[in-house]
Amino acid sequence: MADTDFDIIVIGAGCAGAIAAYVAAKKGKSVLVVERGEYAGAKNMTGGRIYAHSLKRVFDDYSEGEITTEDIPYERKITHERISLLDPASSMTIDFTSDELGVDGRDSYSVLRAEFDQWLAEQAEDAGAEFINGIAVEHLLKDDAGKVYGIEAGGDEITAQVVIDAEGQNSLISERELGNPRSKRDAMAVGIKEVFELPAEEIESRFLCNEGEGAAMLWAGDATHGYTGGGFLYTNKESISLGLVATIEDLSQSDTTIYQMLDDFKKHPSVAPIIKGATLSEHSGHMVSEGGYNSIPELVFDGCLVAGDAANLCMNLGYMVRGMDLAVESGRLAAEAACDAIDAGDVSKAGLASYRTKMDDSFVIQDLKTYALWPETMENWHRMFTDYPKMVGEIFNSMFVVDGKPTQHLNKRIMPIVKQRGLFKLLGEVKGALKAL
Amino acid sequence: MKKLKPITVNVDELISLNHYNVDEENAHIELDHENLDEVDDTEFQKLVRVCPAALYKVDEEGHKSFDYAGCLECGTCRICCEDTIVKKWEMPQPTMGVEYRFG
Ligand SMILES: Cc1cc2nc3c(=O)[nH]c(=O)nc-3n(C[C@H](O)[C@H](O)[C@H](O)COP(=O)(O)OP(=O)(O)OC[C@H]3O[C@@H](n4cnc5c(N)ncnc54)[C@H](O)[C@@H]3O)c2cc1C
Ligand code: SF4
Repeated sequence: MADTDFDIIVIGAGCAGAIAAYVAAKKGKSVLVVERGEYAGAKNMTGGRIYAHSLKRVFDDYSEGEITTEDIPYERKITHERISLLDPASSMTIDFTSDELGVDGRDSYSVLRAEFDQWLAEQAEDAGAEFINGIAVEHLLKDDAGKVYGIEAGGDEITAQVVIDAEGQNSLISERELGNPRSKRDAMAVGIKEVFELPAEEIESRFLCNEGEGAAMLWAGDATHGYTGGGFLYTNKESISLGLVATIEDLSQSDTTIYQMLDDFKKHPSVAPIIKGATLSEHSGHMVSEGGYNSIPELVFDGCLVAGDAANLCMNLGYMVRGMDLAVESGRLAAEAACDAIDAGDVSKAGLASYRTKMDDSFVIQDLKTYALWPETMENWHRMFTDYPKMVGEIFNSMFVVDGKPTQHLNKRIMPIVKQRGLFKLLGEVKGALKAL
Repeated sequence: MKKLKPITVNVDELISLNHYNVDEENAHIELDHENLDEVDDTEFQKLVRVCPAALYKVDEEGHKSFDYAGCLECGTCRICCEDTIVKKWEMPQPTMGVEYRFG
């Protein structure tokens, strides 16, 4: 095999890239990570809450017991799940908490990516990976047959046997250098988020949480003024992440800009008290893939693998968002497949094909497949974002409002509200959604 | 496309809280005409709606403006309009651009 500068080059030190580098370095390979941010995490934003299972398995399998959950810079363990249907004039929220949510292996945690990604990168570095920060990979080096054998960054050419592309959602390399398609406007959303600082005790009392624990919250309806998307909130140790996600196609035709939507959302009477008195510290933006299974591009090339968001491995189910646990798993599987291929002396597309097989067998592809119909169902379910939050508001108004006039049985109060929307249509839509989920 | 409701929020103030290394020399995003008056109105209006940093603006006289300096590097304008009016979208030069402290 030709001499190369490194065994493996990883593009990007996000969740997928840092874990790929960590695993490959632990398996004794020479690894270079090229990250465009001055530090890992400098360019990254998430909601966010990470479901911890895949990261835990990586450290269980590779850290020889050195890294446990306590060592990971999580913000808060999420023990309260809140979903809210928001109408301009009302809001209905479910607050669910359960012992099951915190159990080891099923636990999830809020994270802030600047700190979290730097820590992940440190683990990869301690395992032996080298880092170049502050420079973006511009091109892939390819031989005449199109096989990838390295990268070009900041005018330098660096070679490797395998390149793992973990560049994230705005995947210029995957599109321009590997020929994967550009995501469509209706399969991609823009996320906008603000971080508000608040003392820890204040967060715990506002969200009714025990010390160190926290809440995740998702809104549908007026958060995006009825356009496809929703609001999200995650409690961190001493701050709150609050933001919106909106599908680019629908938003680009709408009557409100994304930042005005966020401002209106922050001022909604049911949201304003949450951030009252908190200090705004950062305003960020990032894309999130919504295309699901049908938007996964080619993952395996001669000399190159694609992992994480760069491969659209993300699920937005309305009541939960998952991308980081998929990024971690795909980073691990990409590194393992690359190491095996290098050891076998065949890093061609065929030699690297075990990545795709391992992915197909993993929760990543299987879950995306399970939810394959959801993106389209959600996008065409306009009433979920407009009329249903209003209907729910009317139903609860009919239950809770007392005005001294003689009242009627509940069914007489509620049925007209539901019938006005078409009972069978409603049941049909809910059934369709439950099937897609 | 629906008519835009009035914008009451000043995003410039919000993004001024962020940390940036602004590259005054190089625009990493360019539209298809240097003179923005020549850029397609409808496509530009899409960018006004989707950019989370409010960098694409149309003032009361209908005058368009775009300033890459506050860019959050999300790529939304690229996905929205690379097939129409976004002619160039590159990563900023080394060490330039936004630097999140929270993320
Ligand atoms: C608003 C929002 C809310 C979300 N909420 C959640 C949530 O609650 N839970 C969840 O699990 N997921 C959530 N996600 C999705 C999740 O953030 C992503 O799936 C995850 O970050 C993907 O990790 P990654 O490593 O693939 O990509 P990234 O984390 O984006 O990492 C890519 C890295 O590559 C670097 N890079 C890019 N191009 C280059 C280049 N050319 N050269 C060098 N480096 C480069 C970037 O700087 C970055 O460090 C959310 C996303 C958004 C936008
Ligand atoms: S990349 Fe994002 S923040 Fe930058 S101009 Fe485009 S839409 Fe706005």
